[in-house]
Amino acid sequence: MSAGSPQIASPAARLRAAQRLLSDNPAIALTFIFIALFVVTDIVNRAQSGKAFLTPTQVSTTFLYAAPLALLAAGQTLVMLTGGVDLSVATTATAGAFITSGTAQAQGTGTALLLALGLGFGIGLVNGIGVAIFRVNPLIMTLGISSVTLGALTIYSQKRFVALVPNIVNTLGSSRFLKYVPYDLLVWAPIAALIILGLRYSGFGRMIFAVGDNPVACRLAGVRVWQVLLLVYALCGAFSAVAGILLVGFNDAADLGIAAPFLLPSVAAVVIGGTSILGGSGGYGGTILGALILTVLDSLLTILNASQALKQILYGAIILALAWLYARTSSSD
Amino acid sequence: MTSSAAVEARPRRGLNAGRLGRRHGWTVGVYVLLLLLILYWHTIPANWGSFDVQSLAIDALPLAFAAMAQSVVIISGGIDLSVGSLISLVNVVSAKYMIDMGFRNALLFGALLLLGSAAAGAFTGSLIVLTRVPDIVVTLAMLFVWAGVALEILQIPGGGAPTQYLQLGTGHWWSQWIPSGLVIVLLAYAIFWLPLRWARPGLALYSIGSNRNAAYLSGVGVARTRIFAYALGGLFCGLAGLSLSATSGIGDPNAGQYYTLNSVAAAVLGGVLLVGGVGGLIGPIAAAFVVTLVKTILILKGVDQNWAQVIQGTLIIVVVMIGGLAIRQRRRT
Amino acid sequence: MSLLEAREVGKRYGPVVALESANLSVDAGEVHALLGANGAGKSTFVKILTGVIQRDGGSVELRGEPVRVSSPSQAARIGLAPVFQDPALVPDLTVAQNIRLTGLAVEEVRQRLHTMDIDIDFTEQAGDVPLPLLRMIDLARAMARDPQLLLLDEITAALPSDLAERVFAVMEDWRRRGRSVLFITHRLAEVIAMCDRATVLRDGSDVGTVIPREGGERQIVEHMLGPEAAMAEARAAEVDETAPVAAGAATGAGAITVEVSGLRVGSLAGVSFSLRAGEILGIAALEGQGQDDLFAVLAGERRAEGGELNVAGKALRPRHPYDAIRSGLVLVPADRLLALLPQRSVRENIAAPRYNRIGRWGPINPREESRRVSTAIEALQIDTRAQGQVRRLSGGNQQKVTIARWLASGFQTLLCFDPTRGIDVGTKRQIYTLLRRLADDGAAILFFSSELSEFPLVCDRVLTLFGGRITDELAGEGADEASLLRAMHGLVEEVTA
Repeated sequence: MSAGSPQIASPAARLRAAQRLLSDNPAIALTFIFIALFVVTDIVNRAQSGKAFLTPTQVSTTFLYAAPLALLAAGQTLVMLTGGVDLSVATTATAGAFITSGTAQAQGTGTALLLALGLGFGIGLVNGIGVAIFRVNPLIMTLGISSVTLGALTIYSQKRFVALVPNIVNTLGSSRFLKYVPYDLLVWAPIAALIILGLRYSGFGRMIFAVGDNPVACRLAGVRVWQVLLLVYALCGAFSAVAGILLVGFNDAADLGIAAPFLLPSVAAVVIGGTSILGGSGGYGGTILGALILTVLDSLLTILNASQALKQILYGAIILALAWLYARTSSSD
Repeated sequence: MTSSAAVEARPRRGLNAGRLGRRHGWTVGVYVLLLLLILYWHTIPANWGSFDVQSLAIDALPLAFAAMAQSVVIISGGIDLSVGSLISLVNVVSAKYMIDMGFRNALLFGALLLLGSAAAGAFTGSLIVLTRVPDIVVTLAMLFVWAGVALEILQIPGGGAPTQYLQLGTGHWWSQWIPSGLVIVLLAYAIFWLPLRWARPGLALYSIGSNRNAAYLSGVGVARTRIFAYALGGLFCGLAGLSLSATSGIGDPNAGQYYTLNSVAAAVLGGVLLVGGVGGLIGPIAAAFVVTLVKTILILKGVDQNWAQVIQGTLIIVVVMIGGLAIRQRRRT
Repeated sequence: MSLLEAREVGKRYGPVVALESANLSVDAGEVHALLGANGAGKSTFVKILTGVIQRDGGSVELRGEPVRVSSPSQAARIGLAPVFQDPALVPDLTVAQNIRLTGLAVEEVRQRLHTMDIDIDFTEQAGDVPLPLLRMIDLARAMARDPQLLLLDEITAALPSDLAERVFAVMEDWRRRGRSVLFITHRLAEVIAMCDRATVLRDGSDVGTVIPREGGERQIVEHMLGPEAAMAEARAAEVDETAPVAAGAATGAGAITVEVSGLRVGSLAGVSFSLRAGEILGIAALEGQGQDDLFAVLAGERRAEGGELNVAGKALRPRHPYDAIRSGLVLVPADRLLALLPQRSVRENIAAPRYNRIGRWGPINPREESRRVSTAIEALQIDTRAQGQVRRLSGGNQQKVTIARWLASGFQTLLCFDPTRGIDVGTKRQIYTLLRRLADDGAAILFFSSELSEFPLVCDRVLTLFGGRITDELAGEGADEASLLRAMHGLVEEVTA
């Protein structure tokens, strides 16, 4: 620990200061990237079809599309903060979608929604039990659960029943008010606020970071780590179910593949947002930006007529590039 | 100055039943399980015979190789989520081009593909080492990339292979009861793994999985060894893809999905600990047969395919949970 | 003849300076000590010399030739062999395989172990071999390379004395054969006994090279702390010599907070004692006498196999550290890694135990938390300049954070298991003073240390543990090293139950 060094405003020092500012606040860089991507998409769109992309309608559409992904990524953020990963978010969302549309007619919308949430919470609980109590690796546990859920849903979907998506769910999932504000923001925004504030200002939030950072130390400090993990995975399941509800509202029908394209992007959004996959540091703010970026990117690729294959390759490359960027900026420790 | 009682090292020479049991008990257990399943199996169909054993071997062959690929990587302390995609890629490339080849050329092409898949694995390993991004994230990204490339090459299932090539996996060697599939797996094991296992490359592999820092201090080239592990894994993925072409007769860009989760499950079931440094390849081979056999038995008993998936998934989870408990007993931490 | 010359070696990690400008000169045929407080840069220096990490600036010369040591294997090739505190053996391979891993011949290493009078089963998995023996194997491995310079980093820490003797014999032998040893240690007695010269590091630079036999402990401490600090230190030491005993007598007997009867766990066959508020009770024992099990049971980490534990009159059977903490029993472990959250801030670390139960998972009260955290930081004089993540703090400060956590969340009984292990002298003194103050304020403290000299400084009473039972009880002044040692070996005149 040397004494304070004199403040020399040399270009090298300024560059380092700028780097540190960026690495401590990835949100700034991410916002830039988001805006830049929007602009690029606008340019490309004009070149392709003469139409602008940087319009209020498109911005609103981006947020509309990003909401389900952001909700899946919300649970994923919490899980990854504890050092785990949840590869069952997509199938849990699908389960939520099916329950909503499958029971709304018979039980009423309110009950259907509650059932969907309950199921999501329950699936998450099972994940949590496997990970926290039986010490199963989260990757395997959640992959296994997702395979079981998918099989069960396939059986369920083959039964003849009236599948009806309630109007309110439709509205939530696909409509806007005041011309530009998507209804799903009414669902997403409060949850986002809850998560961001919760992580920063609640004891539970502190415990999430603590468990991800050093579970052994947590135990010695009297923390029942399994309680924290159990709740985290259960919440992840619940948020995934919400995402499923929005998706079925958007789609107007439940479909086994409704959430599948969002699984890996949910992990990607968290990684892009700066949460370490090893746990112990990060947050939801960055994830939100990650989800937005991925959504715009998807639009850009669609406009470019990129094949599904190319999109996949690009996704992979982007995840890698951004993860590398974070590794570089934080490895100066 | 501290003082203490003299520490006497009383060496326990020679083979110790307790120690042997601890080290190999799990693997033996898997083989016993396989035997029991086979015994159960032969009671089910009316005229069960050597043909069924041969079919099982054909069915299990790709998974056995996938399990070997995953095991090598897990032993070295990593994980590879791109196993399934790489298998798809090799499968697709071989089916697309072999359809127009003669047998000899097909074999040569196959050998070339093996080099290619090993190179692909080395590429993934290099990315992990160079970018310092956790292996889960990198292999997740590569999963996208390989899947995308596979999709570009073959949009829908198709292609084929010369007849003799298709017959490679079928039939038997020397005795009706020794299916070719099994022989191929054991040959691959003997050629690609056995020579390394007890020599320095193999020891280095185990060491970086056991305690990377200690390995580094002991002079092991950690980066080199990690890349080698992924390259070897890539090689086994190539074998899996080639055997998939031989046994299914076509290329399918989505065929590999099944193998990612199941390769991890087979590895864990086969006694490879997810923490690294522990296990061999013989266990996972048997485990792959067990997993495939369970599926076969379920189908034979007339269980609906989706129910079979649910049951298989649940079984995998239960097995891994038990494995998790076993780790808690074994590990010092 | 100079063997190793290191000039102005520097290393930074971003804003953190691990080494500013370190100079070192080791001659052939010399045993040279490298000393310094925690955070002074000793380990960094050794890692640079042996290729584990790369230096940023400066130069290193071996036998007059400049070298850049790029990796541990290269270091081995040019004749530098380190032995670190954590043995570089991989737990899942056998000892023999570990040796083959480094390209050495198994027989060579076995022979080296024989010369140290050690015989080990090489087919044993390294993870099953006890730590002290692993260190000896590591040492034998290093010796088998026949290096010019052996670098021993805290090799004698927590090593039983008979094995330590053998290490010293090796060092002697090495010197006799014209080779050299660089010896890092916190134990000044060893330095004075064994070393020809000693270089002291402070704040990342070398501040002096002394001849231990001539200068003695005082000169070394002065270098380590800096001249003004050393004088204050000496004055404090004089005061503290008498203070603990006096204070203990003054407060007298407080209420019994913890009562242990017939405790059986691991190698403990039946331990009974009581701990009172306001006293610091020491537990002195040789390696492996069950003291870690004792603390583990009290802290709720392990379950006892028999016996009773009463806290404030009520029976307690803790099944999780939470139960113990609820009853006021908190643990300060020897290994900081068990207690700290490396990526989180000092504030979060100190506040962490407050949220260990579901009832506290709701919104945080920031003012209350701030108040408690600041109070704790002040009480311990934690240096929070290197803010951000706790992993960037020095070892001494980290240990203070470990203790601060309990100050912030409240406790009745503090279980200190070797709290000053691997910590510099200055911080040690601060911790002793703090413990005394806590006891005077009414806390009960159970104290174990692997350094006998600490007991008379800190404790009011000392119990010795041997053969699974308490063998003797010594009062503060009677707890000199000689008496302690005798009792720790079970040699007591009167028979104590």
